[in-house]
Parts: sequence; C-alpha cells; structure tokens
Amino acid sequence: MSTPHHTAAHHEEENYLTHDSSIQSWLLTKDHKRIALLYFLSVTLFFTIGGLFASLVRIELLTPAGDFMSSEMYNQAFTSHGVMMIFFFLIPAVPAVLGNFLMPLMIGAKDLALPRINLASWYIFIIGASLAVFAVLTGGLDTGWTLYPPYSSAYSQSRVTIAVAGVFIAGFASILTGVNFIATVHRMRAPGLTWFRLPLFVWAHYATSLVMVLGTPVVAITLFLLGLERTLGFGFFDPAKGGDPVLFQHLFWFYSHPAVYIMILPAMGVISEIISTFSRQKLFGYSFVAMSSLAIAILGFLVWGHHMFTTSQSAYTGILFSALTFLVAIPSAIKAFNWTATLYKGSVSWETPMLFAFGFMGLFLIGGLTGLFLATMGMDIHLQDTYFVVAHFHYVMVGGGVMGYMGGIHFWWPKITGKMYSNFWSKLSALLIFAGFNFTFFPQFVLGFMGMPRRYHSYPEEWQILNVMSTAGASILAIGYVLPAIYLTYSLFRGQKAPANPWGATGLEWQTSSPPPPHNFHETPTVTTEAYDYQSLPLSATPEKGASHV
Amino acid sequence: MGSSFPPLLPPQASTVAVEVDALYALLVSITAFFTLLVVGLFLYFGLKYARKSESERPIQVHPPAWLEIAWSVVPLLICLVLFVWGVQLYFKIYTPPKDAITIHVVGKRWMWKVQHMSGAREINELHVPVGVPVRLLITSEDVIHAVSIPAFRIKRDAIPGTMTTTWFNATKVGEYHLFCAEYCGANHSKMGGTVYVMEKDAYQRWLAGPNAGQPPAVQGARLFEEMNCISCHRNGSNQRGPVLEGLYGKTVALKGGGTTTADDAYIRESITNPTAKIVDGFEPLMPVYLSQLSEEQVNALLAYVRDTLGKAERPKDAPAAGTTPLGSPTTSASPKASESKGR
Ligand SMILES: [Cu+2]
Ligand SMILES: [Cu+2]
Repeated sequence: MSTPHHTAAHHEEENYLTHDSSIQSWLLTKDHKRIALLYFLSVTLFFTIGGLFASLVRIELLTPAGDFMSSEMYNQAFTSHGVMMIFFFLIPAVPAVLGNFLMPLMIGAKDLALPRINLASWYIFIIGASLAVFAVLTGGLDTGWTLYPPYSSAYSQSRVTIAVAGVFIAGFASILTGVNFIATVHRMRAPGLTWFRLPLFVWAHYATSLVMVLGTPVVAITLFLLGLERTLGFGFFDPAKGGDPVLFQHLFWFYSHPAVYIMILPAMGVISEIISTFSRQKLFGYSFVAMSSLAIAILGFLVWGHHMFTTSQSAYTGILFSALTFLVAIPSAIKAFNWTATLYKGSVSWETPMLFAFGFMGLFLIGGLTGLFLATMGMDIHLQDTYFVVAHFHYVMVGGGVMGYMGGIHFWWPKITGKMYSNFWSKLSALLIFAGFNFTFFPQFVLGFMGMPRRYHSYPEEWQILNVMSTAGASILAIGYVLPAIYLTYSLFRGQKAPANPWGATGLEWQTSSPPPPHNFHETPTVTTEAYDYQSLPLSATPEKGASHV
Repeated sequence: MGSSFPPLLPPQASTVAVEVDALYALLVSITAFFTLLVVGLFLYFGLKYARKSESERPIQVHPPAWLEIAWSVVPLLICLVLFVWGVQLYFKIYTPPKDAITIHVVGKRWMWKVQHMSGAREINELHVPVGVPVRLLITSEDVIHAVSIPAFRIKRDAIPGTMTTTWFNATKVGEYHLFCAEYCGANHSKMGGTVYVMEKDAYQRWLAGPNAGQPPAVQGARLFEEMNCISCHRNGSNQRGPVLEGLYGKTVALKGGGTTTADDAYIRESITNPTAKIVDGFEPLMPVYLSQLSEEQVNALLAYVRDTLGKAERPKDAPAAGTTPLGSPTTSASPKASESKGR
C-alpha cells in the first residue's frame, strides 16, 4: 500500500507481547492488541462451555427415547448452549477479538480512539459472562435462548433473572466496542486513507458497529422489562394482566435478528480480506461489497417480524416483513458473487485461510439460501420451530460466522503471535470442520422438513437414523475444533518465526513487524493508493512458501 | 406413519400439502443451483488460476457494471416469485373455507385439549373426518404452545389471551403426528400424540362413542343463563349490551370509530377482555370473566354465541340500541355490556 517498513528484520525488537510481561500490565492494559487477546481467551472459554453443552444435546438425541438425561436437564443443556454461544461467543468473537486487534492496524493508527473504554468493555463483558455462567452452572436456565414469556416470566423455575442480568450487562460491552470502532474509523485514519480506500474488513466492522450501537439498547430494555415482570410481577407480557406475550417477541427479535448480522458481517469482512489476498486481486466490485454491508445493517433492522408468521401477528404485517426479508437477501447475494469473481484471472493460493474461506462460501450459501424458505410465508408455516430452522441458523452463524472467525484467526495468527502454525494440521482441521459441519447439520434440514420440532428431548423412532448421522457428524466437527487448540498452542512454542507479511497481503497491518510493536507503527504510514493494490506490492514482501523472513 | 427408510418426505395428507411440497421443491432447486454454481465457479477459478510462482502479479480485472446489475436483479426477480407464491399460500393455509367444521383446541402444559362441537372431547389426540374442511380455533391456558401437524403442513401458535386459527382438509385416512412446536417446558416433547383421519361414518361413530359429551353450545347456553348474561344482552328497556342473536360474522361498528368483524377471535376477546373493543352505543359495563371461566368454558360460550345465537333470527323490534352499524341494520352486537357493574 505505501511506505513499507523493514523493521520486521530486527529480531530483538520489543513487541507488544514482550515489552512488559507482568500480570498487571495485562489486566490494566490499554493496548487494543492485548485487549483483543484477553477477549480471545475469554471467548475461547465460553465456546468450550457452549460446545460441551452441545455435546450433551447430541448424545441425548442419539436415541429416540429421552434416556441419557432428564428432560429438565436437557432443556438446560440446549438453553445453556444457545446462551453461551450467541451472547458470549458469536457476538463478541470477530469484532472484539479480530476487530479489536486489527482495526487500528488496518487504518494506520496507534490504538482505538478510546483505549480506556476498550478495557472497560472487556471487564463489563466478563462480569456479564460470569453472571450467566453462574446461572447456567447453579440451577441452570431452561427457557431457550429466546426467553419467551410467559414461560420465562411466570413458569420457569430456573435462574432466569440472573442469566438475563448477565446478558443485559454484557450488552454494554458490545455497545462500547461499537462506539469505539465508529469513533476510530472517523477520527484515526492515516493520512491519505480515504473512506473508499479502507479495507473491506473495516467497512464490515463499521456497519456491524452501527448495529451494535443501535440494536443492543433495545434488547437491554426488553430484558430489563422481563426482569421486572419476573421479580416484581409487572404484566407487560402477561395476558392475565392485560399484557401481550407477542410484544416480547417483537422487541426481542428487533435486536436478535440484527444480532445475526453482528455475527456474520464481520466474518464477511474477514472473508473479503482472505479472498483478495489469496487471489492477489482487488476485491471484485469493491464499492458494491462495501455498500452491501451498510445495506445489510440497515435493512436488517426491518425484518424481525419474519420470526412471527405463525403467531397472532396480522397477515398484512407478515407480508411486509416477508418482502423486506427477501430484500435483505440481495446484498448477501452480491457479496457471494463478487467474492467468487475475485478469483477470476487471479493468482490463487490455497493456504489454510483460503480453505476456511472456501468452507465459508459453501456453508454460508446454503445458510443464506435456506433463509429464503423461511422468508416465504406459506413455506415457513411448515418449517417454523422445526429442525429446519436449527439447521438454517447453524449454517449461517457457525458455517458463516465461525468459519469466518477461524479463517481470520489463521490468516492473522502470524501477525498476532509472530509464529507460523503447521500447514498440514491446519488444512486437516479446515477439512474436518467443513465435512463434520455438513454431516451434522445437513440431516437436520431433512428432519425439519419431516416435521421434527426443535428443543425436543425425545422424538418418534423413524427419525433416529438422521439423528445418529447428525451426532456422528458432530463428533467429527468436535475433532476439527479441538485440533487448532493443539497446533496453534504448539506454534507458540515451536512454530517458525513469522515474517512481517507472510501471505503477500496489502493491508497496513502487514507493513509492521509480526508481532507489532506496542504502538503498532514506528512512523505513521501514509496511504497513496486504493486498497488491494497488488501491483505495487514489493516482491520482497512475498517470501517463498514456508520460508522464514529472518 | 413414516414408511420410507430413511425418511425424506413426511406423509402428504392434506389438500395444501401438495402445493407446499411443490414450493419446497422449487426452493430446493434454487438452493442447489446457486450453491453448486458459486461453489463450482470458486473451485474452477481457484484451480484454473492457481498460483504458479510467488512473484506472480496478475493483471487487475475491472468488473463491468452490467455484471453487478445482473447479479442483483436476477436474485431479486427470483425472490419476487417466491414472495408472491409464499403470500398466496399463506392465505390459503390460514383462511378456512366457509363450510369448515369447527374444533376447539386448548393448549395446557403438557396436553392438547380438544372439544368437538358434537360434545366429544379428547386429549393429545385429534379425530377428524377425511375430505371435510376442519377449522381449528386455538388458544392456550398457560404458556405459548404451537399446534403442529406435519402431514398436513400446518402449524399455528397457541397464545394465552388470544385465539388463533388454522384449517386443513385431510385427504388420506391414517394416523399422523400431532406435536407441540413452541417450547413450553419440561415435557414439551411429550405434548402431543396422534391425529386420526377417519372415514366420515367412522368419524360419526367415534363422535358418538365413549368420548361423547354435552355439546359446547349446550354448555354455553347453560353458562349464559347461570351467569345471567341475558339480563343485559336482550332487547328491551333493560338492554345494556348488544343483542347477540344473528350477530356472528357480521360487521360491528365500534365506539370511537372503526368497525370489526364479529368472528371467533373478536367474540372470545369480548368475553375475556370486554373493554378491548366497545360496540358503538354501549358503555363499558361488562365485568371481566376471565378469572372465573376456564378456556374451555369460554369456548362453550363462544360456541353458543356462534352456533346457536348466531343462527337465530334477530328479534324484529330490536333496534341495536343506538348503534349505527355499517352493514345491515341487524348487526349490532357484541359482548360488551352485561351486568351493571362497570370495571
Ligand atoms: Cu431473523
Ligand atoms: Cu407445548
């Protein structure tokens, strides 16, 4: 992009990891890179907890009878799985880990605009998460992650209030992160880095931040009302007191549909970076892809009613929501076509991140296209609340979101840690995750069309074979997820030292050393070209595969 | 129930099932086509333009504008087709025909309580005749549930405080799954059982069998009397509420403007939450009965107002107490005023 540095060659140089190693320097750090790592460790922990609950669910569903655990325990298991994965892994994962680490680096800044707020957001997140984990481990939570009243307000015996308080508090972490990113993109861009020279990762995070800032307060208020109803007996959602249970669903999905875009938009940003880098082509239709992120963020706020086609919501309201839902599909289609076209006449290298990007394409396409089934009102009646919906949103949020996250972790791992990981094991992991994922969730589309309702502890016998396939696939998926924990950790100790720019990428983050110095750049870079300018990339910036730069 | 193994299609046992499956087939084709197209191209380009040397610097490709427009407009057109078909099918599934017979369904953790208009009752089972449109009027006594009959491709939420509707016309005699699809707590997956589609005469025999009981409309008439509803809902000097004879299905003018149709949901609401919609010309005097009546008793009153009073001739000299209904002059109506205590 511009002003290349050659600092990467000095090995003894201090970096953000080594310049101070006291515990205090980590817990009180204002460095966005260290805060990103704090988030990384936290969300990995919550992913593990959520994953363990998923295993319990899949083991129970091996047999038609509810025989592995009681129905009460089962209900807690799928609820805990959903709450942990959504609120404490998927929502923070890409923005708070990769976004935190990369946003300042990508725009040539020393840090985020509000470093203290950034640290505060992590503490708030941890307080919220601790409450939720406490609720889940003591007395459990059995309302489903959707928390529909009147079950959650008047019937559930579980720790609803504490769990809801946890999610409520964690929401503020999300708001603070969003505000911070918006301020940073507006104020901290390097000289010459105009809006339309920004990497698409930055555009995607900017759009995501808008959703976080505008949507999260609504879910916070909703959960607050639910808490009041449960503890003090208010009747906002209770028909016996003149309230309306469907009102909760409106408020809940007003946030929770856009929340899907908090999980998927940043992952799309990751995919844009990976596909461009490993094709050595400027992303096809750059401005279309950038604007489609904003379109998704805005339209995403207008479609929530598609979750309520089978409720008492009026048919005419439903029609409006159905139409808008189809509209929000278009920007995603634009992205998918542009990503694919980027490979055309490129120079394609199938490194591990590119394998994850390929996995993302396959899974997100299926996830997005099956969304059309559910936007189609007459079709949704049959599929609503079945395993079809479960399969659909796992394809979007795990197939899309987590594949993007994994791709991003593998893409920027050399930058974050200064180490290269094993090519073989990482490619194997990408393959296992892709295969295991399809094996797990594809049968669930069939189960859903057969009519198997979600959140069922036991089910009719004729559906066992599909459930066994799903559980078998989940075991493969689990291996795919455990492998990176091993080879990435191993790379920290035995991995080859990473050069500044191991993939021959163009972003500013690749122009500083790996890992970067505490203040990112020794001198503020000046940008003179558009993003993804591979022509002016110096040949020295693209070492032969596997070769270390030092 | 399921016959193929491993099963891929649920039984097609209602008139709408065929159309739902046709739409499903279209959606599956669209999904398969675009997934294979994009993934195929990704792989094809990825292999064809695979990097040959590390110093490769490919020529920058500049996308033509028509391409961006094409791949925005084509999906939009496909979506338009899906949208229109989906809306049309939605109305078909949720709009019962006029000649449908009525069955009341009440969800309660963890059972479906079913009232047939002949008086037969059952729990977690549903007996219906083949080839006859059947309308389900659905509500819940506690949390939200959802009636789901995959073989008919129908589903509708059972929401406390609200009455929802769906319908089907079963096409094949047989036994099918009946589920609760909206999570409702500990025994959610046990809430349900079997739908029995029977020949018409077998259904008539079943109605008269051991499950038989007093018809809801008769129970409703008794309740109507016991609760002294008639003291207000009658024609004459003491009238404080709309006359209910001939009311069902008519258009009603509301106090403060607007109209509504006196359908099941409206009449149910007027019994359980009388001040929600006041008929023009009346005062909100009727007490709230919800606390005294079970959902099944409300259904019985509703059946009486719908099936007995609804078919009764409206008294000739019954000016609907100052109402100026939109439609015929005989459509006053409603449940509002009754006993003289206000709320
Ligand atoms: Cu949604
Ligand atoms: Cu239920």
